[in-house]
Amino acid sequence: MKPEDRELVAQLCAARSGQKVDPAKDYLLETRLGPVARREGFDSIGDLMAGLRARREDRLIWAIVEAMAAGDTSFFRDRAAFDYFRDVLAPELAHRRKDQPIRIWSAACGTGQEIHSLAMLVDDMAGQWPEARFELFGSDLSERALEKAQTGLYTQFEVQRGLPIRSLVRHFEKVDEMWAISPQIRQAIRWRRLNLIGDMSRVRGFDLVFCRNVIGSMIEPAQRQVVENLAAALNPGGKVLFGSGEDPVAGAEPLVPVDDAPGLYALRSADRAAA
Amino acid sequence: MRTCLIVDDSRVIRKVARRILEDLGFDVAEAADGAEALAWCRSTMPDVVLLDWNMPVMNGLEFLRGLRMEPGGQDPKVIFCTVENEVSAIREALESGADEYIMKPFDSEIVAAKFAQAGLA
Repeated sequence: MKPEDRELVAQLCAARSGQKVDPAKDYLLETRLGPVARREGFDSIGDLMAGLRARREDRLIWAIVEAMAAGDTSFFRDRAAFDYFRDVLAPELAHRRKDQPIRIWSAACGTGQEIHSLAMLVDDMAGQWPEARFELFGSDLSERALEKAQTGLYTQFEVQRGLPIRSLVRHFEKVDEMWAISPQIRQAIRWRRLNLIGDMSRVRGFDLVFCRNVIGSMIEPAQRQVVENLAAALNPGGKVLFGSGEDPVAGAEPLVPVDDAPGLYALRSADRAAA
Repeated sequence: MRTCLIVDDSRVIRKVARRILEDLGFDVAEAADGAEALAWCRSTMPDVVLLDWNMPVMNGLEFLRGLRMEPGGQDPKVIFCTVENEVSAIREALESGADEYIMKPFDSEIVAAKFAQAGLA
């Protein structure tokens, strides 16, 4: 790829999704954009970029930005976070929100493994708090990722990355060479395309947000925007779980870390009082 | 060092699995069928068994059932590693005492993930 094309992709990603793309990573750019070029009917990435410059078509820009945003994912990725949800967060929420739905959101759900993992855990725990009503939401920037997530269909390779065999047998059916998550799990989740740095004024009322491995790859202004958007989306007492090693707070942001829980943040007291 | 017994009638599979498991820090032993594996376990019980299903002399399921009857045979973690990928086969393996299950083909990432799920990280 030409240096000016790599620069253009980096600029588009920063502007549209807040994603930090290193223009020096030629291999990564080509790996991600090759399939976009083919899908869009171009002979090469060079032709794709020329087409982009000529047409400045919004759909094409988003195809590129979404392709660059796609991250690696697996079921129960960083297992400790799910154990903490099962052992600490879910019981606490079930106790605290007895008569109200408990709303959980996977904010960059990709192809669905994270929110499906949470849905399986919730289903496994259903007998513990019969009165608790969990509502699960998955959102992502990428329409293509969301389409796959909603099918609940995964390859044999995908279901072997992180998914315990007992969960596979309990929650999936084999369909030809694919594995299909049960209708009960699939139907427990609502999906929506969402840009975390966009207008989220109608996204409200969440008790727990999983936003892992997202802000670490964003430019700083976008990080701040995401933190503000997520904080505004929380119910009083709500929490956000970021990825391990992702530190979103560098000053007076509206979220503060929760002691002894890596990656877990809650609204600052003043924000809680105002909420 | 923890020991892993690889039980598979394919020399190639045993060689590939050995490399992965040695990288994970295991001391590796090999057996080409269930009977050979059971004899090995009677003399030295391993910490974990990576087990093929379809083998001559004694298949993986027969070995597993035999192992679990042996003194100390409840202790090793047993992870199937097989082309059998139907739900009914997986259920049968779990009901017979398997701890985890790998569907072939596999790679080092899958093996590492499955060993972690079996508490062997």
